[in-house]
Amino acid sequence: MNSTLGLIFIGIGLFFDLLGCLGLVRLPDIYNRLQAATKCVTAGTCSILFGVFLMMGFTAAGMKSLLCMSFLLLTAPVLAHALSRGAHRAGVKLWQGSVVDQYAEDREGEA
Amino acid sequence: MKIVRWFIGAVALTAVVTLIIVRPMPFLFYPDLPHLEFMGRAMYIIILACLLCLYRVWKGPTGADRIVAVDILGIMIVGLCAILTISTGRMWYIDIGIAWALQGFISILALSKYLEGKGFDE
Repeated sequence: MNSTLGLIFIGIGLFFDLLGCLGLVRLPDIYNRLQAATKCVTAGTCSILFGVFLMMGFTAAGMKSLLCMSFLLLTAPVLAHALSRGAHRAGVKLWQGSVVDQYAEDREGEA
Repeated sequence: MKIVRWFIGAVALTAVVTLIIVRPMPFLFYPDLPHLEFMGRAMYIIILACLLCLYRVWKGPTGADRIVAVDILGIMIVGLCAILTISTGRMWYIDIGIAWALQGFISILALSKYLEGKGFDE
C-alpha cells in the first residue's frame, strides 16, 4: 500500500520535473523561465522526496528525505525572489509582449 | 530551414519515447530489488530533463538565464539521488542529495547577489 502510494508520488514528481525543464527551454523571458523553474522545484523534486519517504517508512533514509524536502520547501522561494530581484537590478529586459512592470515604476518613484 | 529543425526535433522525441517505453535502464548489479523497471524509466526521464537544462546553460542569452538553469540542474540531481536510494538500496545516496541541496542554496544566493552588483553585506 505504502509502496504503491510512493510510486504514484514519484510519477507525479517526474511529470512536473519534465514539464518544468521544458518550460525552461521554451518560454521567452528570464522571469517566465524562473516561474516554470520554481514549479519544477516545489512540485517536482519535493514530490519525489515525499514518495521516497513513503516507500522507506520511518527509517534513517526516509527521515533524511523528509528533512531534505522541508529544506527545499523553505529555500526555493528565497532563491526565486533573490534571482528575480538581481536580474531586474542588473537590467535584464522584459519580453516585448509584457504588460506591466510595477517594480520599475516603484523604483522610479523612489529615485 | 524551420521545417528541417521541426523534423529533427520530432525524430529525437520519437527515439527518446521509444527508448523509455521499450528498454528501461538496466541495473546489472542489483537484479533482485523491487520496482526496477519503473526506476530505470524514471532515471531516463530525469537525465532528459538535465539535458534540457544543459541546453539552456549553453544557449542562454544573459547571465541570469544560466544561473537559473544551474540552480534547476542541482535540484534535478537531488531528485536523481533520491531515486538511486531506492533503486540500489544504498542509504548514503540521500546524504549526497542533502549536501548538494545545501551547497546549491548558498552558491546560487551568492551568484544572485553578485548579479545585483552590490556587496555581500547589504
